[in-house]
Amino acid sequence: MEWSSLNLSLKLAFWTCVILLPLSVLVGRALAWNSFRGKAFVEALVAVPLVLPPTVLGYYLILSFGNASSIGRFYEAITGHSLVFTFDGLLLASIIFNLPFAIQPMQRAFEAVPMNVREAAWCSGMSHWVTFWKIELPLAWTGMLSALVLTFAHTLGEFGVVLMMGGNIPEETRTLSIAIYDRVQMFDYDSASVMSAVLLSLSVLAITFVYVLGYRRRRHNA
Amino acid sequence: MPKSNSGLYVRLQQETPVPLNSEIHCEPGELIALIGPSGGGKTSILRIIAGLANPAQGEISCDGVTWLDTQKGKSVSPQQRRIGYVFQDYALFPHMSVTQNIEAALLHLPKAERRRKASTLIEIVNLTGLENRLPRQLSGGQRQRVALARALVRNPSVLLMDEPFSAVDQVTRRKLQYELVQLRQRIKIPIIFVTHDLNDAMQLADRIYAISRGVTLQNGPPMDLMCYPDNAAVARLMDLQNIFEGQVIDHDKESDLTKVKWLDYELQARLQQQHNPGETVNWAILPSYVVLHRRLRPSRGDRENPIHGIVGELTVMGENTLISMWVNGQKEQRLSLTVSSHVAQRNSLCVDAEISVSLLQQGIHLMPLQAKD
Repeated sequence: MEWSSLNLSLKLAFWTCVILLPLSVLVGRALAWNSFRGKAFVEALVAVPLVLPPTVLGYYLILSFGNASSIGRFYEAITGHSLVFTFDGLLLASIIFNLPFAIQPMQRAFEAVPMNVREAAWCSGMSHWVTFWKIELPLAWTGMLSALVLTFAHTLGEFGVVLMMGGNIPEETRTLSIAIYDRVQMFDYDSASVMSAVLLSLSVLAITFVYVLGYRRRRHNA
Repeated sequence: MPKSNSGLYVRLQQETPVPLNSEIHCEPGELIALIGPSGGGKTSILRIIAGLANPAQGEISCDGVTWLDTQKGKSVSPQQRRIGYVFQDYALFPHMSVTQNIEAALLHLPKAERRRKASTLIEIVNLTGLENRLPRQLSGGQRQRVALARALVRNPSVLLMDEPFSAVDQVTRRKLQYELVQLRQRIKIPIIFVTHDLNDAMQLADRIYAISRGVTLQNGPPMDLMCYPDNAAVARLMDLQNIFEGQVIDHDKESDLTKVKWLDYELQARLQQQHNPGETVNWAILPSYVVLHRRLRPSRGDRENPIHGIVGELTVMGENTLISMWVNGQKEQRLSLTVSSHVAQRNSLCVDAEISVSLLQQGIHLMPLQAKD
């Protein structure tokens, strides 16, 4: 078991969740209640990481944020290190490939909040901000938990994009899934099986949790 | 309509998305019912009054304070209008208890004050003992009471209710209606409710606004609209069955009568000089002004507009029997009347039986001719 890889994976998943949570609440809520020209295109962009091969996504990330790109150069000028093959780059990639896992459950959760309940809040004197905190968020919390769990689990398991963007640098970009691949390459099946079992358990737990939340929400709405 | 400083004044005009052309005035303590076909703009009017939607053109003021003036570009938010709104399916906050739902409308007050006001309202709307229940643990009637309490707890300047009795059973409906009548005596604010149920409107409203396609066709006390509709469209909204076409013959001022030609009959109606001789009109009569002749023993009243025909349809509904009479045996000329079931029995009424009725002069109401929809 490579504890540093597990630690890195958990750290990456944690920060991905921290950054994606507010972003997914904002974007999910906006997509749920607003109609605008090009909405379908925005929704498609959010969903693209679901269907795109991780290598293709990784390739474009390197292209966009690599040292040859203006964003990459700008980042290096400010921080003194590049985005590719570093934890920062890994985090950025992780945020992008997790967009659908965070935003889609949030959007579905906000869509399930009845419009007239929000209107009742306004008629009861609540400002839009108070309505958001007191009514919308408590009613959409199951969606928020689903988003968090799915994002967390998906980050732990991601392989292709991580390899493309981060490479395989111990304690910097070598996550658990990369470590497993590494061990199998070296015929160290014992270590690979322990680490695989950890990821498998976490994934099953996460998905079960999301389903339980879904049942709970349906029962509440019944 | 004169614009008054007291109560609620509403004037709305727009073509889309829902065509609207209405002017409504509701005095403090007055209860107004908006009736009309579904999709006719009734709910849109409530939403606009609440500030949840804005019309293309319009003006709304309450107790002299302007809430909306599209000409001046002024529109006060729903939060600032201080309205109590009971939504059609109540729109309670599903994650909050009864008390929390009511207190949610008082967030501007300190907690102790909120508690005190909420418990007063809970008592008024008879919800004592259910304070900690969630909306899904309540019956339809109880939910309606929570919605009403939440709407009233802020001391609103207007109470708006959208189909407030549509989601409850008949017994609860009667109870809630009784409670609303009681409540009216305690709060002196304009109350407007939307309903598709004519009985609700007839029993509760001081005035009815008949609205179709966003246009106010007529407003007035319920019995006025029922007995003296301005036109056939209002008569149909008031569920009048007996609407026919006839021609004014002349007016007899001495006898206070207007004569009307209908089929091969010359009807005598109460004097209605606004219609000129020769004019084709719609005329209507309430079933209660149609009197059945005793089949075997004619009586004195038979002289008043006697009409003959056969029983086309006969429906016994408990104590009353509804009869659709085919005048002169013509299926297209149906005259509806209601008789007590024991009268129907005593007269051996059955389908195809020949009957005669009198149309009482006082009940014949003439209206300008209107094309059928």
